[in-house]
Amino acid sequence: MPPPGGLEYCGLRKVDGPLFVIEGVRDVGFAELVEITAPDGGVRLGQVLEVGRGAALVQVFSGTSGLSNTHTRVRFLGTGLQIPVSTEMLGRVFDGLGRPKDGLPPLLGEELRDVNGLPLNPCLREYPRDFIQTGITAVDLMNSLVRGQKLPIFSGNGLPHNRIAAQIARQARLLRGDLRFAIVFAAMGVKYDVARFFIDSFERSGVIGNVALFLSLADDPSVERLVTPRSALTLAEYLAFEKGMHVLVILTDMTNYCEALREIATARGEIPSRKGYPGYLYSDLASIYERAGRMEGREGSITQMPILTMPSDDISHPVPDLTGFITEGQIVLDRDMHQRGIYPPVAGLPSLSRLMKDGIGKERTRADHPHLAAQLFAAYAKVKDIRALAAVIGEEELSPLDKLYLQFGDAFERRLVTQGEEDDRSITQSLDLGWELLRMLPRGELYRLTEEELKERYDTAAKSEPT
Amino acid sequence: MNPQPDIRGRLVRINGPIVEAEGLGAAGMLDVVEVGALRLIGEVIRLLGDVATIQVYENTGGLKPGDPVFATGRPLSVELGPGLLGSIFDGIQRPLPAIAKHSGLYINRGEKTEPLDRSRAWPFQPVAALGSRLGPGRVFGTVRETPSIEHRLMIPPDWGEVEVLELAPAGDCTLAAVLGRVRDEAGSERELRMSGLWPVRRPRPAAGRLAMTRPLLTGLRVIDALFPLARGGTAAIPGGFGTGKTMTQHALAKWSEADIIVYIGCGERGNEMTEVLREFPEIIDPRTGRSLMERTVLIANTSNMPVAAREVSIYTGITIAEYYRDMGYHVAVMADSTSRWAEALRELSGRLEEMPADEGFPAYLPTRLAEFYERAGAVRTLGGAEASISVIGAVSPPGGDFSEPVTQHTSRFIRCFWALDRDLANARHYPAIGWLGSYSEYLPDIAPWWAERAPEWKPCRDALMDVLQQEVKLQRIAKLVGPDALPDSQRLILFTADLIKNAFLQQNSFDDIDMYCSPEKLTGMMQILELFHRRARELLQRGGTLAAVRELPCLEAVLRMKHAIPNPEAAKLDALRRRVDADFDELDRRVA
Repeated sequence: MPPPGGLEYCGLRKVDGPLFVIEGVRDVGFAELVEITAPDGGVRLGQVLEVGRGAALVQVFSGTSGLSNTHTRVRFLGTGLQIPVSTEMLGRVFDGLGRPKDGLPPLLGEELRDVNGLPLNPCLREYPRDFIQTGITAVDLMNSLVRGQKLPIFSGNGLPHNRIAAQIARQARLLRGDLRFAIVFAAMGVKYDVARFFIDSFERSGVIGNVALFLSLADDPSVERLVTPRSALTLAEYLAFEKGMHVLVILTDMTNYCEALREIATARGEIPSRKGYPGYLYSDLASIYERAGRMEGREGSITQMPILTMPSDDISHPVPDLTGFITEGQIVLDRDMHQRGIYPPVAGLPSLSRLMKDGIGKERTRADHPHLAAQLFAAYAKVKDIRALAAVIGEEELSPLDKLYLQFGDAFERRLVTQGEEDDRSITQSLDLGWELLRMLPRGELYRLTEEELKERYDTAAKSEPT
Repeated sequence: MNPQPDIRGRLVRINGPIVEAEGLGAAGMLDVVEVGALRLIGEVIRLLGDVATIQVYENTGGLKPGDPVFATGRPLSVELGPGLLGSIFDGIQRPLPAIAKHSGLYINRGEKTEPLDRSRAWPFQPVAALGSRLGPGRVFGTVRETPSIEHRLMIPPDWGEVEVLELAPAGDCTLAAVLGRVRDEAGSERELRMSGLWPVRRPRPAAGRLAMTRPLLTGLRVIDALFPLARGGTAAIPGGFGTGKTMTQHALAKWSEADIIVYIGCGERGNEMTEVLREFPEIIDPRTGRSLMERTVLIANTSNMPVAAREVSIYTGITIAEYYRDMGYHVAVMADSTSRWAEALRELSGRLEEMPADEGFPAYLPTRLAEFYERAGAVRTLGGAEASISVIGAVSPPGGDFSEPVTQHTSRFIRCFWALDRDLANARHYPAIGWLGSYSEYLPDIAPWWAERAPEWKPCRDALMDVLQQEVKLQRIAKLVGPDALPDSQRLILFTADLIKNAFLQQNSFDDIDMYCSPEKLTGMMQILELFHRRARELLQRGGTLAAVRELPCLEAVLRMKHAIPNPEAAKLDALRRRVDADFDELDRRVA
């Protein structure tokens, strides 16, 4: 069989960082896939970034080291970057470009798909509404996750984001019946230990057969990271919208992805915007994050959980900032809580789930959930103010009510937020725990709850339980 | 609309959404071209000798140098006619439901779909008399587009005066039908049709501008009471992520007292457009009793759709708004978010290798923003009616920092600034419009309107604002010494401010009663809060204590009035006000 693509060219004009320029080419398309044979005989893949007037600018996914201007051979393959997709990919390990990395033979895909995908038609989207119980109270009660949501974890170096993501992946279930599910895991520039940790966690809980891993680790070329999440999401879209599976996609670490993007942009001499990141970082991230959701008339769904480490814990850094503008909320981890030994250290106030309002309440979780969560938020916000005040005037000077709030705040963090890594709490347990804590506060303070809710859950229990 | 076969160029360079083509020297600047075998839609944005630079509204992957480019000889236009209401379009006015029928879940490239439904018949009703002379913008016939909106068919604004020679009788017609014949000033005959094209980048003319004297009631208390927007005015909602820009925009789109809503989802989330699409048809407009979708046009160019189409989506939206304005309607345009539009400008400018100004944005950013916001306003239409376009633009400053270029430039061209506050949002106080950073310059313009209808509005507003402003100063001291160290008179300020925030400013858009606040309920609530504060202050002066005020039995009813009293029963607030008065009378007696 003759190799795909047309002519083979020999020799480059210029090699610069992860890019090279080749001249005298004909019939080359924009964004076309390129096969490069290095002088040592190794074959690499690249993609056309710009083409015109007989020259093409190509980025090489596996790095340009060893390429020479004279002895490199280049072939244009006539298609965009595609990967084979099939249900057989579950249980397997791939590199960022979708090539097997587990020593097993390559797959015969059921279909070849362009990794960049196409935009989903917004008028065919189905609004996500099905509550997912993660077993973590700080998420279920306060920042509920729904099927088809994209909810990132904003973390920092040294914080237990991986443990939380793995716990969610292990415990996540729908309240009503479980359907076919799969996990697609993409690692970008993380260390092998991190990937190993997730694999072990999936193995222990016996779901590894339902997991497809795309690994582009810290020692893999940085450009490959640009494709890794797209390969993963291409498979996820196939599984969700063709095969009717409910797919959880974990992307870690998006900060490394953005850095690879910055590297390419800088090498191309593009005008930087904030902190050297290219002006199109938002659009680029959106082309990843928006590949989530539910579609009309299709069984499956894609729920995304990207993980990103905020450089020096700065939430206004372009990567978390632009992510927060696209995703539907965020789970923010708090270093101070972590230092105090609280697991999971989910920050109470900056965390948010935008889709929570439609996924909870009557017939979804429980009728009192929305007001209960709002009241807990309001009370905890007050705790933060009182703590700041106590730091100045001393705890002794606080009013009796303020002291009650401080006790509530401690209980909130120690009893409601804190739980074990194997502790899988039902939503009813979480809700009841919320009420138990609110009973520490006087009834008059609970203005976000209705009279009926207070009668049903505050008054009755206050009578039956001696304090 | 067929491409002219005679002007045909050849691609020479492709760089993302920006491509260059030779042989298009005869094409006009800002003309639409079709690129490649798939005939992707593009627009000429620079001409240099024989080479045209084109921005393409679709993904350019796979295009090759040498591919053909076809000129169409017309600028980028939208089709205006019945069928716009209730529809959802992408940035270049392709109807998304029709695309879905062709290409399924995903939006394929090169989709060509007529913006308006050709097969649908509309009930045409002639209005003009035969032989009459009609100026541009005058109505010659009507179509009932939705039960609440009459679509007025006008002589196009660029025609000049015409004489009506022939007009179809009342009856069902499709868009293709010729509705009549007219003779223009030059003596040539023209056909009247139900729909027409208008270039998106050219504002539709009006006879003149009018003063803005009426508030655009929004149903959101913090806006209607503290920072009102005038009908025909411009407002910006800046806020970092998670502060509720989109939720506020949705609430405004639902409850604003406008005849027509144009909602432009520009570079935002797909699910948000879905939410509007699923929710609006089920919400009943309190004024017309009809579904909200019947007065709404949606433009959806979500963040993952091509960036060049995002740039144009905002013009598509405002042109549609101008069309309904010309019929004599009051239109409100929500643009969410103008920052994403500015970023699209930046990305395209970068690819054009233009010299950047602030943070990589092109130097013409302020000019473009000014042009856009200037298309808002209260006008006398060519047809003689009073109509308006109000524009509310969301701004997404990176890191919530309002000193960035888009927020800064925008604030020069708007007169109402609703700054979203991160601390309020974190405490789940929505709408998180802060009372320190926000302002409205329309206050003096619309105060007379309120003075005529509810004279208590202005004094109550000033009293509430005063408490809120004093509270901010006192909070600084209270944070140092603790609130208990302050005298009762100052602690009363803190107490009332809390009451205003919880019982009034905070509004739950998911609560059936609280989601929308009528002007009657608004002024009723304002009066109660003003009365409460005034009486409490007087009581303290006479020697009463704050502790007694805190124990007032009416307080709980005041806290719950927003949930407990539905809009049609706003009169109940009078009873509550009397109760507050009576409770204070009782306290006064005890002090005496």
